Amino acid sequence: MNTVEKPILAASTPPSAPASLRAKELAAGHQQHLVIEGLNLSLPKQQVTAIVGPNGCGKSTLLNTLGRILAPKGGQVLLDGKDIHALPSKQVAQKLALLPQDTTAPEGMTVLDLVRFGRQPHQQWYSQWSAEDQRIVQAALRAANLLELQHRELDKLSGGQRQRAWIAMAIAQDTPLLLLDEPTSALDLGHQIEVFELIQSLTQEGKTVAMVVHDLLNAARYADYLVAMKAGKIIAEGTPQEVLTAELVYELYQVHCQVMPDPISGVPLLVNIRR
Amino acid sequence: MWKKLLTQRPNGVARPYPLMVWMLLGAALLALVMLSSLLIGAGDISPAAAWQALLGQGHEEANFVIRELRAPRTLLGLITGAALGCAGALMQTLARNPLAEPGLLGVSAGSAFAVTVALLLGASSTTLSVYVAQAGALAGCLIVLSAARLNGVGNDPIRLVLAGATLSSLLLALTSLLLMFDQRTADEIRFWITGSVAGRDLATLKELLPSLALAAVLTLLIIRPLAALALGETMATNLGHKPGRIRFVAVIVVALLVGAATAMAGPIIFVGLVVPFIARTLVGADIRRYLWLCLVIGPIILISADTFSRIIVAPAELPLGVLTAMIGAPVLLAVVRANRLPRL
Repeated sequence: MNTVEKPILAASTPPSAPASLRAKELAAGHQQHLVIEGLNLSLPKQQVTAIVGPNGCGKSTLLNTLGRILAPKGGQVLLDGKDIHALPSKQVAQKLALLPQDTTAPEGMTVLDLVRFGRQPHQQWYSQWSAEDQRIVQAALRAANLLELQHRELDKLSGGQRQRAWIAMAIAQDTPLLLLDEPTSALDLGHQIEVFELIQSLTQEGKTVAMVVHDLLNAARYADYLVAMKAGKIIAEGTPQEVLTAELVYELYQVHCQVMPDPISGVPLLVNIRR
Repeated sequence: MWKKLLTQRPNGVARPYPLMVWMLLGAALLALVMLSSLLIGAGDISPAAAWQALLGQGHEEANFVIRELRAPRTLLGLITGAALGCAGALMQTLARNPLAEPGLLGVSAGSAFAVTVALLLGASSTTLSVYVAQAGALAGCLIVLSAARLNGVGNDPIRLVLAGATLSSLLLALTSLLLMFDQRTADEIRFWITGSVAGRDLATLKELLPSLALAAVLTLLIIRPLAALALGETMATNLGHKPGRIRFVAVIVVALLVGAATAMAGPIIFVGLVVPFIARTLVGADIRRYLWLCLVIGPIILISADTFSRIIVAPAELPLGVLTAMIGAPVLLAVVRANRLPRL
């Protein structure tokens, strides 16, 4: 995994200006059923926010509503202060990229084919593939360490490589905001770390990232800001050091534990976990 | 340049040859197939005599056969094949199902049914508007796709085909039933209803041109979003597209194409299934690439099937629809029997 010291995409253009995303008195859900109600959240700019909580607490619903896939049942999602559903979809797509949890691509599609899709919001129906598109796609592939694999078929890659390809597509979308739904589910430890480090590197070029994460430990380690949800409400938010307490863990998952700092990195660790 | 085009890329590369190579090969093959369609027939004009006629030196009878019978027939085959091939590709992308096909799913049957009803109501097959066929195709398409969206059916390719086959056989049975009541109509469209490009005049084609042009323009407008739809509805929305609107336009295009093809050649099955299948195998699953190839492979298959239909039981002719069904059925069985269906 290459650690990214310099901005990934900013060869000729300055990194895109940070955008703000905010939920205001948000209510959301499916059909008649409200999953989230009266939720307020402002994503800290240029940081990684992890949304954690038990199954069914509304994490994914929140992420999909923030990403305008689901229409809110009440309240608003504000992108740079404007109602996201009042903005043209294409304009939103230039500012916000969302990676859903279950992704499938047609058989035989290559990594490069997939990553090129990320440029669609920046193209007109009549416009050809530009040199700028080409440069950004290659930069995204480089960031995800996929340059050598770009002509390989997605089906023939490992789970971690495939997930990196999807993230590369989101990077190629070149948006200041990135929403990721469980980007490391179904990956083994090594591949999880690979993907999390890639995500972390994105904030260094001014991206604001929000991700739904199942694993509390990884959330604490790789996020700058932690949002804990339960039954459709945010019950705690702040830096992992501030927020992650034994009381919070019990309230979220009904398990007892102790929280101590990692002796090396200082991030909170859960020890002595029991029911 | 040729060497560069034909050089294989490194290991694990999905597509050894670029689209342009296949398009050129396809165009060459299509030219050959069209030429044989002009030269070969069930009548007693020898290919040599037909060749003379093509060069403008033939005798009267050969000239007539080539210009008035075989040339229109070949032209209709060209348009019908291209329309059905593209309609199949669009339907498969719409349904994300490699078995979706206008013939199997009842779109062609809907079109044929509409035409039969119009004939019974007093229209004559020469004045009949193609819009009737297109409206029927649209209705068939909407019915089967809404069935496919019902819970539990959407993710299972086989069940969509079952729903489509049910609709298709129902509509064809109703069509036969209607024809029993009206001998005049039955005689008039007997050949057409089994699928045939023979004996149609070019006036139909002229009438179709505006809607085919419209279909082409609409396809160009939605082709990029349609490709994105292959990544799922959420992803298409994320990329700034409106899946509902894209689907709607794609359904209209399918109806225009299948309606046009059916008005020309009757309900022809399996062409829409086989053509995209071959095209995808050659250039990959991105519709922006393989749709172009469908435009060439469709006519190749349809015109060669039509040419064969003239010679296998010569001096009689086999209806084209019978022949495509005979070829297509084993192909479908092979696809269904394969361990797994390709995922779209």
